[in-house]
Amino acid sequence: MNWSWFHRLASPPHVYALAARLTPWFAWPAAVAIIAGLWGGLVLAPPDYQQGDGFRIIYVHAPSAWMSLMVYVTMAVSAAVGLVWRIKVAHAVAASCAPIGASFTFAALVTGALWGQPMWGTYWQWDPRLTSELVLLFLYLGYMGLRAGIEDPQRADRASAVLAVVGVVNVPIIHYSVTWWNSLHQAPSVMRLAKPAMPLAMLLPLLLMLLGFTLFFVALLLVRLRGEVLARERAASWIREVVSA
Amino acid sequence: MSRPEGTVAQAFRAVGEPTAPGTAAGFAVSMPRAGALEAARLALLRDLQLAFRKRGQLVQPLAFFAMVTLLFPLAISPELARLRELAPGVLWVGALLGSLLALEFLFRDDAHDGTLEQYALSGQSLTALMFAKTFAHWLLTGLPLALMAPIAALSLGVATAALPGILLSVAVGTVALSLIGSIGAALTLGIKRSGALLSLLTLPLSLPVLIFGARATQLAIHGESLLAPLELLAALAVLGITLAPLASAAAVRISLE
Amino acid sequence: MPAERLEVENLHLWRGEHHVLRGVNFTLARGACLEVCGANGSGKTTLLRTLCGLAYPEEGRVLWNGENVRQDLPAFHEALVYLGHEPPLKSDLTARENLHYWIGVRRQLGEAELAAALTRVGAPDWCDRLVRTLSAGQRRRVALAAVALLPLPLWLLDEPTTNLDTEGRELVGDLVREQLERGGMVVAAVHQGLPQSVRNVTRLELAA
Repeated sequence: MNWSWFHRLASPPHVYALAARLTPWFAWPAAVAIIAGLWGGLVLAPPDYQQGDGFRIIYVHAPSAWMSLMVYVTMAVSAAVGLVWRIKVAHAVAASCAPIGASFTFAALVTGALWGQPMWGTYWQWDPRLTSELVLLFLYLGYMGLRAGIEDPQRADRASAVLAVVGVVNVPIIHYSVTWWNSLHQAPSVMRLAKPAMPLAMLLPLLLMLLGFTLFFVALLLVRLRGEVLARERAASWIREVVSA
Repeated sequence: MSRPEGTVAQAFRAVGEPTAPGTAAGFAVSMPRAGALEAARLALLRDLQLAFRKRGQLVQPLAFFAMVTLLFPLAISPELARLRELAPGVLWVGALLGSLLALEFLFRDDAHDGTLEQYALSGQSLTALMFAKTFAHWLLTGLPLALMAPIAALSLGVATAALPGILLSVAVGTVALSLIGSIGAALTLGIKRSGALLSLLTLPLSLPVLIFGARATQLAIHGESLLAPLELLAALAVLGITLAPLASAAAVRISLE
Repeated sequence: MPAERLEVENLHLWRGEHHVLRGVNFTLARGACLEVCGANGSGKTTLLRTLCGLAYPEEGRVLWNGENVRQDLPAFHEALVYLGHEPPLKSDLTARENLHYWIGVRRQLGEAELAAALTRVGAPDWCDRLVRTLSAGQRRRVALAAVALLPLPLWLLDEPTTNLDTEGRELVGDLVREQLERGGMVVAAVHQGLPQSVRNVTRLELAA
């Protein structure tokens, strides 16, 4: 088996060119999936018997929440790869993921709040999912804060990688403890749609949105990665060739 | 300057003789190698001795804890019945913040004067040395906080029957807090004015300790068995003992690069 | 028995965009001393830290007795002493206590050896005063006592003669000479060069 394609993934110039080529392959399908999902969710799907039309925000909220977690895991995995095998590109991937993940988390929180207002009359409820999302936001902010606080770029990469790995190990623990805490106090459980009975017309757009968000994340990651690689390698010779081309 | 007798220079064999086990080839340092436990013990003792040389600073976390406890009656209400309801939260927020206060200094001085570097180059397990330092931190911060917690609880109207449970839960919880905090402290080495960043890194990771600890304290106050959350707290502490020193050691090595 | 040898192959190290080590190569055999010279910022300290494994080079490797030190760093560390730019002493402890902890973490240190080392570096009068009351030269002497207590095969010394008077510099020369005579190696980063008494010295110039 020829593994040279894998080794080339560690080379910044190769990744720079590859990211440029791959971006449209993710960006266009992402746009299609999101538009289709929004159409299906906002227009075609029937209103929920309990929440009326208010539930439709789930089409943005749920994928955002899901992505916020997915991106954190991606960030932690690539940071770990960079830490163990000392691959600079892996650190660049992790650095690129962080703001995207933080944005997804913020979007999940905002859509959660917007959902809450018509449902229970308050913009915020301390339910386990929202609380976990909030903690996740702080984990992202801590990661980005640590990166920003360390001047030496290599040290910033490696220290934040340790933090990302520690964070990803803690995420299940935090989520479990928050759920445990919530169950003690029987706060109103929120955003529970009749899951098993969710009709296909509701579910399908949701899955489409999820797919669309994932593709969107990859496309955005590739774009950010190019920028990140460019910034990190600005003193290298291959940059001059690329820029002059 | 004349050379006195029995100097260290004569303490080893000439080049070319067979080596003894545990020594570098051709050299036999007359003193045997220190074991990992001995090294950890010395690291612990050094930190304790240093802390006692600056005895005044030992009370700072306690004074802080007392101040925080004082804030709540003043800010909310002096009615003991209300304070008793709030006591778990007040005690644990105080313990958490008090623990955070001293964390910044866990590794800072050692990093600054080169002691951490010598630890990393000693041939001993850096993980064990990190654990020793974190244990010293707990003895100097967490344990005193745990001993003070019952007193603070009394001031918040908690019945004396609940005090042993409170002491135990804070003692176990602060073990976990010291360990979790050591990771952040190691990661933020060398960053100027890292206090806020250290809090930002440590607090989310400490939330499970806060949740279980406060619940244990609450059950103790109501006279119920606090075994379930206490076991969870102990599990977190054990997890911390196993994993945190590894992460701290990795972070320290990164800071030395 | 393998002969002790320190080989450095093509070390390259970047700090951010600054190419600090640019292809450092040398071999050090028993009884040899390497003087690393260069202006401030030329990478002397970085080279020493890369040799002992604290810093990680982007290219190149360090071989101890033919083996890459990265394969067993703890074993390599057990064979070396590294003295940084500043003596790693705690101001709130005495010189004696500092050495007790510093060396004690590595070796079971007896009172006699400790006393002998302190006498060697000229410290018996002030070794029980807190380090905060000592001068820079006295602190440097305490650090030399630590090096004297650990006559391991490889000594990495970063500007060992800083802050020392003539007597102190002679002491450094004596210690280094003894180390070389018993077949050890010394790599020293220096500004002005080691004392004349040291023989078998190779110089390595690092350009800034």
